Amino acid sequence: MRQLLRAVIFGILGYLVGALLTWLVRGGSLSDEVCVVFGYVVGLIGWLFGIGMGDTWIREWFGLPARESEVSGWKRYLGFSTDHKVIGVQYLATFIVVMLLGGIAALILRFELAQAGEGILNADRYNQVMSMHGILMVAVAVAAILGSFGNYLVPIMIGADDMAFPRLNAVTFWLIPPVAIGLLAAPTLGSFDSGWTAYPPLSVVNNGGQILFVLAVTTFGLSSILGGLNVITTVVTMRAPGMTWGRLPIFVWAAFAASMISLLTTQFFAASLVLIAMDRVAGTVFFNGAAGGDPLLYQHLFWFYSHPAVYVMVLPGFGVVLETITHMSRKPLFAYKAVVVSLLTIAGLSVIVWAHHMFTSGMAEYLHGPFMFATEMISVPTGVIFLSAVATLWRGKLWMKTPLFFAMTWVFQFLMGGVTGIFLADVVTDVSLHDSYFVVAHFHYTIMGGMIFAFLTGIFFWFPKITGRMINDRLGIIFALWLTIGFQLTFLPQFWLGTNGMNRRIADYPEQLEGANLFSTVAAFCLGASFLLLVYILLTGARRGPKAGNNPWNASTLEWHVSSPPPEHNFSGQPTVVGHPYRYGTAGSRHAEFAGMTAVEQIPPEQTGTGEGGDYE
Amino acid sequence: MAMTATPEAVHSRAEATYRPAANRLGLWLFLASETFLFSAFISSRFVVSGTDQPEHLNQGLALLLTLLLLWSSISAFRAEAAMAHDNRRLFQREILTTIVLGVLFLVGVGVEFNEALADFPANTIYGSSFFMLIGLHAFHVLTGILALGVVWNLGRLGHYGSDNHWPVEGVVKYWHFVDLMWVAIYPTLYLFGGS
Repeated sequence: MRQLLRAVIFGILGYLVGALLTWLVRGGSLSDEVCVVFGYVVGLIGWLFGIGMGDTWIREWFGLPARESEVSGWKRYLGFSTDHKVIGVQYLATFIVVMLLGGIAALILRFELAQAGEGILNADRYNQVMSMHGILMVAVAVAAILGSFGNYLVPIMIGADDMAFPRLNAVTFWLIPPVAIGLLAAPTLGSFDSGWTAYPPLSVVNNGGQILFVLAVTTFGLSSILGGLNVITTVVTMRAPGMTWGRLPIFVWAAFAASMISLLTTQFFAASLVLIAMDRVAGTVFFNGAAGGDPLLYQHLFWFYSHPAVYVMVLPGFGVVLETITHMSRKPLFAYKAVVVSLLTIAGLSVIVWAHHMFTSGMAEYLHGPFMFATEMISVPTGVIFLSAVATLWRGKLWMKTPLFFAMTWVFQFLMGGVTGIFLADVVTDVSLHDSYFVVAHFHYTIMGGMIFAFLTGIFFWFPKITGRMINDRLGIIFALWLTIGFQLTFLPQFWLGTNGMNRRIADYPEQLEGANLFSTVAAFCLGASFLLLVYILLTGARRGPKAGNNPWNASTLEWHVSSPPPEHNFSGQPTVVGHPYRYGTAGSRHAEFAGMTAVEQIPPEQTGTGEGGDYE
Repeated sequence: MAMTATPEAVHSRAEATYRPAANRLGLWLFLASETFLFSAFISSRFVVSGTDQPEHLNQGLALLLTLLLLWSSISAFRAEAAMAHDNRRLFQREILTTIVLGVLFLVGVGVEFNEALADFPANTIYGSSFFMLIGLHAFHVLTGILALGVVWNLGRLGHYGSDNHWPVEGVVKYWHFVDLMWVAIYPTLYLFGGS
């Protein structure tokens, strides 16, 4: 608490110092963008200093001993904790809140779109709400799974006691609140209305809120890069004895592949936003066509990150879903090795497909073919992962609890998202579908269907581990069905709307499309209301749910063999990994032994599936 | 079964086994990531202005800056080697040399900026790339100088020894990296194209 208070004060003071000094040097107005930029940068430094960098790193840089925070209990969650489990929960709570905020923005948009013509929002206001919804949800999609489950589970799953750089990990999380504050403060400077993509020339000439967008999202990128760096280093250097690359749980592989992407390509997003900031503030002309600049440059830089970013979003989702499916259908993960190769292949291919977002932007025509081909190549490894999920379920002993319900709806939705993606990857069809609601429906099926549903799968699967309690499973299944049905009813009509000429990012549309829009709006509110049930389930589960015990799902991976929640430093002795994690159905198979603990890894026979499909050792 | 060691003891024993490898890998990953940042800006220069070059470029000053920075990498290397052999005096001297060369480099960049502003201001397309790239690099030089200052001070206070100087190694590697980026930026801005 003390740290948080200090961080807020230092942050505000930093902002004032930065902005005032700039104002004194150059005059003009205090709300000029230059003042905002310097204020934000100094404020960010003040915030990080106050939250805990001042106590640790900066003291050490001057040769002083670090002051470690010694709070315990729930107060750890409000301070600079270096415990990966605390940071995981901090991410989880933060991004559930951000997801709900983004959801409210989405409902406002759907309310406006219920009828043709101008309703509660005028055209400008609509664009601003749409941009806010976009960037909040993109932030959730990028960081929710990787930040929460990546932090909480990766170290435990590989038998380590923490991440490789615990302090860096804490800084990575504490960079997020300034991002949220920056974005939510944008309306004070006139908001931003260029979508989450922030294409110039609009993003260079629009209201001052855009500069806060640029600063906040660049900060978010920094957080993403540092988080990725930490996950990769942890997985490479801190695996327990016997935890070979071929025995890594699939979620760890997925987090590893996604981290590779975010470590390297996020810099391009930062670069493109820095160029926007320079054009706005420092008078450069990168995107000013009249002065010889090129707005297309932005799109290339931007999509070089932002297409791979969709794999940063969904790869951890793949990991969560495959993990859940294999444990809860009591069968070995089908084609483990092929899935690992596919995850890495997707990470590799993701950086050579970006220009499929630009088929209609006036890019050189000879680029169309290669980018179409590369994009369609990606459907091969993605198909392998999809196949693995289906084949693992096939003839499994399905344990139909809430997590498996969610994982199975994921399978359906990701199929929808993937198949409709082919039309957008194909130049011929994309030329007419581009910028229509078909695109909106497609990426909501992939990102909401593929990532948010995986996030919920993970929440329900690991909830007993994180809180030590079980949720009400009947309510969980009701929520799963309610959400899934609401989701289909909201977005299926949008495919039809798109092919019938409804443009995206516009507040108004032709009147003959009113029926389907109204239908979609009603369904969207139904979908939105289901999240109230989610909050209720999670809160009551955490407070009053029955005790979960160490291993409620009878699963094999290491996190299920420590207490719930796990103790500090995770293991009382060094675990040794002796076998593959997913050998359900093989008598006597064991994943790990624990020094100083009784080694139990026998899977009860009545809970096992057929043992088909494993291709291990 | 009896506990063989407390969790804290296991924790610190494990820490000692992976820490050096984790530090090195972490730094290399960071540098790989930074390489993407620089390559984004370097490729932007070729996208917006091809291989065009303005009339006036202070080639002499740029060459001098390049030599300063290359020299500073040698002194940084010597500082690290000196600490690996517990030669504190040489370490202090070479780190200080590196810092001085870095500061001279920044002064040179300041002079160059002043001249360039007259010939091709930031609102020309070449000027945009020029100020962006050199500014980005100068920012990295500045952070490098601050980091060198920190290890110089901690070395003076006796925090490092031959078996305990990861921060020196890390900062020197970062300095080499910043130097290497200049080796890419220098031809991008001064040598490509023109007559």
